[in-house]
Amino acid sequence: MQKQAIFQSKLLPYALVAPQLAIVLIFFYWPALQAMIQSFLLQDAFGLSTSFVWFENYIELFKEPAYFEAILRTFFFSFAIAVSSLSFALLLAVMADKPLRGSMLYRTLLIWPYAVAPPVVGVLWIFMLHPSLGVLSRYLRALGIDWNPLLDGDQAAALIILAAAWKQISYNFLFFLAGLQSIPRSVIEAAAIDGARPMRRFWTVIFPLLSPTIFFLLVVNIVYAFFDTFGIIDTMTRGGPGKSTETLVYKVYTDGLLGGNLGSSAAQSVILMIMVIVLTGIQFRFVERKVTY
Amino acid sequence: MGSLRPPCVLTSPHSPFPTRYSPVQPMANVTLRSVRKTYPGGFEAIKGVDVDVGDGQFCVLVGPSGCGKSTLLRMVAGLETVTGGEIDIGGRVVNGVEPADRDIAMVFQNYALYPHMSVYNNMAYGLRNRGMAEAEIKTRVEEAARVLELSAMLERKPRQLSGGQRQRVAMGRAIVRQPKVFLFDEPLSNLDAKLRIAMRVEIRKLQRRLNTTSIYVTHDQLEAMTLADILVVMNGGQVEQVGNPLDIYEKPATTFVASFIGAPPMNLMSTRPEEIRSQLAGSAAADAGIVGIRPEDFVITDETPAGGLVLPLTVEAIERVGAETFVYGSREQEDQRVAATPGELPPGEVIVRIPGTQAPAIGARIRVAAVRAKLHLFSDDGRTRLKG
Repeated sequence: MQKQAIFQSKLLPYALVAPQLAIVLIFFYWPALQAMIQSFLLQDAFGLSTSFVWFENYIELFKEPAYFEAILRTFFFSFAIAVSSLSFALLLAVMADKPLRGSMLYRTLLIWPYAVAPPVVGVLWIFMLHPSLGVLSRYLRALGIDWNPLLDGDQAAALIILAAAWKQISYNFLFFLAGLQSIPRSVIEAAAIDGARPMRRFWTVIFPLLSPTIFFLLVVNIVYAFFDTFGIIDTMTRGGPGKSTETLVYKVYTDGLLGGNLGSSAAQSVILMIMVIVLTGIQFRFVERKVTY
Repeated sequence: MGSLRPPCVLTSPHSPFPTRYSPVQPMANVTLRSVRKTYPGGFEAIKGVDVDVGDGQFCVLVGPSGCGKSTLLRMVAGLETVTGGEIDIGGRVVNGVEPADRDIAMVFQNYALYPHMSVYNNMAYGLRNRGMAEAEIKTRVEEAARVLELSAMLERKPRQLSGGQRQRVAMGRAIVRQPKVFLFDEPLSNLDAKLRIAMRVEIRKLQRRLNTTSIYVTHDQLEAMTLADILVVMNGGQVEQVGNPLDIYEKPATTFVASFIGAPPMNLMSTRPEEIRSQLAGSAAADAGIVGIRPEDFVITDETPAGGLVLPLTVEAIERVGAETFVYGSREQEDQRVAATPGELPPGEVIVRIPGTQAPAIGARIRVAAVRAKLHLFSDDGRTRLKG
């Protein structure tokens, strides 16, 4: 239990939290409030008049099939990014956990991609997989694959998932490695003596003991896929071709800034906000209960 | 496979599979032949160890920390590679054999229970890995739980158990497997003193009942003395002495063994000072460089036993522990340090163990004497015991 601090003066504790509070209020709650207000307003096309329309923006939004498509698409992207990034990171972490020569170098190098900004990640992958410029595209064509993510929506989606998952591998790797190293060696040795082969040892002992880490990373990765993939999508596909890579966050941007429909864009932001609150709520609930085995 | 081995005491008479076992338990002696362990950096952890543990015997490896006893045990388990010599379990050299295929079970210092599994599943895990039928697993686990008084806790997770209970689960996990050999790596060192003694007795009783060959590592000489059929005293990666614990106590081969086994430790003195040299002159003992006397072999007396050793002491401290009393005295004549070994007394200090609580006052000058037969004589370097 946390110890309670006792202050002599009544003002001092408020003064101490004031800077933090100011930052949170100005940079988080103020914009959030603005978005909420905006979501109840309707502006005409030239921005000359604004009227209060209650929930009309939300109602319009839910009447729009494209919005549901975007929701489904976002869920699919999140799932695909989280699963591929988590499983690949876990594989790397399990291998890096072995006592290898130069493992420090190996581990350090694996962390680097995390320092790359999302738009740069997008540019990197576009260079490698651009239909006419990309180095890898040539090999894909040589293999008989008609590779053109600029025209093929599914391929564009695959490209986004690949780039977004790649960037998140480092982060996941770091947590998995720490998680693996916190498993007592003697437990794994006991399993070895108990006749479990390496694969069985992994699935029956190591994996269950990693489950708190896996759960934590799953939530973090979903939040990442929801929000932080904006830069990657913007540099790689701009939501296209068609709307095949337009996620909820990207739709907020296209509808609001490009389409000029600020009311609908704000309503979408509020819905996203609720989603992230729910996700974080789940996370805290479980982390506090020390989810686990 | 372990699953086809005989029942020992563990399989209850109500076992649904009574006829599957053969009535004869295969021999499981463990033989180490000039076993060596050299780490890639060149550090020699084990410098050639030869030990022969007979079928059903309880062997204890004892020594100070860093002497290589745990490394040696882990080599028998297959958790460390063997860089020289041979490890033989039940007539089969197992140097390159996986831990799982050595038919051994190990109890770890920190118990190494699977934290996400119930007590039942902790014990069943090794049997399931070997493809045993669930019905038979149930019989074995329940029987082991009954023996270890864990029956009420089979559904609990390890974190809901006390230290002693976890220890018993670790034991249970070992015995349900009915392996050829039990390996114990300081299994009692995480328990409090009272529980440690109780568990020590339990382990010995259990081992007697199951009659399974066991190797037990400890740094506690009392645990070693009380548990062992064969005691192996190790120091610096080498075996100092192997034998029956009482033989070792009565005839330690080196000054290291003399001071390590027995508490309080044996008094070791150089024979160089005139006071001692003159008393030993004219006997075979005159060649000895170091003379040792157990604290209980001294008596406070004014008599001089023939051929024995008499020392005048000033009493420095008294420790009364009820049944006996330890008298710490200092010798008049300064002595140089005999050998640097753990548990050894500071130079010039002599400890005397007398029964009861009657003791001389602090500061009193007393004479202590030991008879000739109770003198342990060693060469100058302390590495050889001389016949007295």
